[in-house]
Amino acid sequence: MKTYEQINDRISSGKAVVLTAEEIIDYVDEKGLEAVAEEVDVVTTATFGPMCSSGCFLSFGHTKPKIRMSEAWIEDVLAYTGVAAVDVYLGATQTRHGDPANMYYPGEFRYGGGHVIEDLVAGKTLQLFALSYGTDCYPLREIRTYFTINDLNQAIMVNPRNCYQNYNVAINDSDKTIYTYMGCLEPNRKNVNYCSAGQLSPLLNDPFYDTIGVGTKVWLAGARGHVYAEGTQHAGGGARTPEGIPKSGAGTLALTADMKQMKPEFVRGASLRGYGISVGLGVGIPIPILNADVLKRTCIRDRDILAPVVDYSNDYPQNTGNVIGHVSYEQLRTGEIEVEGKKVAVGSLSSYHKALEIANLLADEVRRGDFLLNAPFASLPKDTVMKPLAAREKP
Amino acid sequence: MSETATKKLMLFFPRWKSEKPIIYHLVKDHNLVVNVFRARVTPEEEGYLVLDVTGTEDDIQRGVDFVKTFDVTVNDTDKGVTRDADRCTHCGHCVVHCPTDALVIGDAAKRDVAYDPECCIECLACIRVCPYGACASAF
Ligand code: SF4
Ligand code: SF4
Repeated sequence: MKTYEQINDRISSGKAVVLTAEEIIDYVDEKGLEAVAEEVDVVTTATFGPMCSSGCFLSFGHTKPKIRMSEAWIEDVLAYTGVAAVDVYLGATQTRHGDPANMYYPGEFRYGGGHVIEDLVAGKTLQLFALSYGTDCYPLREIRTYFTINDLNQAIMVNPRNCYQNYNVAINDSDKTIYTYMGCLEPNRKNVNYCSAGQLSPLLNDPFYDTIGVGTKVWLAGARGHVYAEGTQHAGGGARTPEGIPKSGAGTLALTADMKQMKPEFVRGASLRGYGISVGLGVGIPIPILNADVLKRTCIRDRDILAPVVDYSNDYPQNTGNVIGHVSYEQLRTGEIEVEGKKVAVGSLSSYHKALEIANLLADEVRRGDFLLNAPFASLPKDTVMKPLAAREKP
Repeated sequence: MSETATKKLMLFFPRWKSEKPIIYHLVKDHNLVVNVFRARVTPEEEGYLVLDVTGTEDDIQRGVDFVKTFDVTVNDTDKGVTRDADRCTHCGHCVVHCPTDALVIGDAAKRDVAYDPECCIECLACIRVCPYGACASAF
């Protein structure tokens, strides 16, 4: 048994023993759970993939005379201005003004919110165009100017939903190619795409949310951030394996961090053909090894994590709830799975390569004494399920 | 019989004016097996032709010399499709769409995506499916 204080003392003195969620598996196999629970202080988890429910609050300074922006575009990408005078929210999936979207199907979606976020973090100069209806206190009606992230007072990433605990494996049952947020799916079950870091993924290493909760410190694209709420669509109450691993999406996290500290290689604008814009984000979360139970859960391996195979030509869009079957991440990572007796090629949208890089970077930061841990101040719910939206007549 | 070789050629036409059927002559006069990957040949416009030629070293050389007698730029080193290794996130979305395994999972432990331009047939599938714009075409 260790406390957060004891673990932090070891981190601060540069003595903490830190392993990644991949390394810990063999280490425990070799040395035994109890011994490792004493020895190891922190296990690092990570993931990298498109996270559509991401965005940022940007606070521009005041112009002379002042403006209360009522409409604003950054590089022609619309930002939401229904907040105070020079604050805007820019969402990752926002398309650029004039983008033909899917008019010429499948649309290319070359540039949008996710790319603006990437360019901001990369320090590029961007164009702001804003309009206003003008008020006595904010008379300016229009501004066009150029800025970098360093000109902003604040650039705070605020992502309502990141880090899905587990995720669907998408397949196409129809006889034509379909273009989805899960990528391009060839007809007649020719390929599947999955999107999870599996055994490295944060919430799969803490399936009951013992250490990851509201207030937990996270590594978000290189910056120090934290979990500010349960993520949208968080549904901890779904079906689980005997080891407690959810068999569907389940938990999610709402994350925030200062964009000025982020590293561009972990913030990547994404264009999903025929679907739209997103942003590829890297997240790392350290798990304090408080006891043998916590440690045991970080030893989860790809073969024990099952993901649901879902048809994205009909079942997903029509919300039928049908699941074709389950496959393990170990099977997925071989590059080929079997679905109802047929061999299917496997592609991925999540980058295990980058997740591994992040888990190692975070482990180094903890070892160096640069990243302290904290207990969450509220737990994520374990019993909630997702509600549908009913289309009702006016009561 | 001397050994045969295959060489990839990228031909840029500043303006297509020639009446001569280049490919016909490569086949007929220089004994080359021609495999065209991509072409854009419109009269009075800039164009390109990307092809593999297979034959003896001598025949290939004579074929290239013949092509050079036209008003074209012959590029026999560069690849038409490139993958920017820094931009690539190694997600692996392209891998199943690449028909020739030019894009494959490289190291099993690191799970990076390796690109071998030698295997690329310029089908352009990766450019279509890569979410991060890591793959690009010279044209
Ligand atoms: S262009 Fe086609 S063959 Fe070449 S790397 Fe891309 S997908 Fe593979
Ligand atoms: S789809 Fe693009 S980013 Fe992903 S591995 Fe292929 S080239 Fe790299």
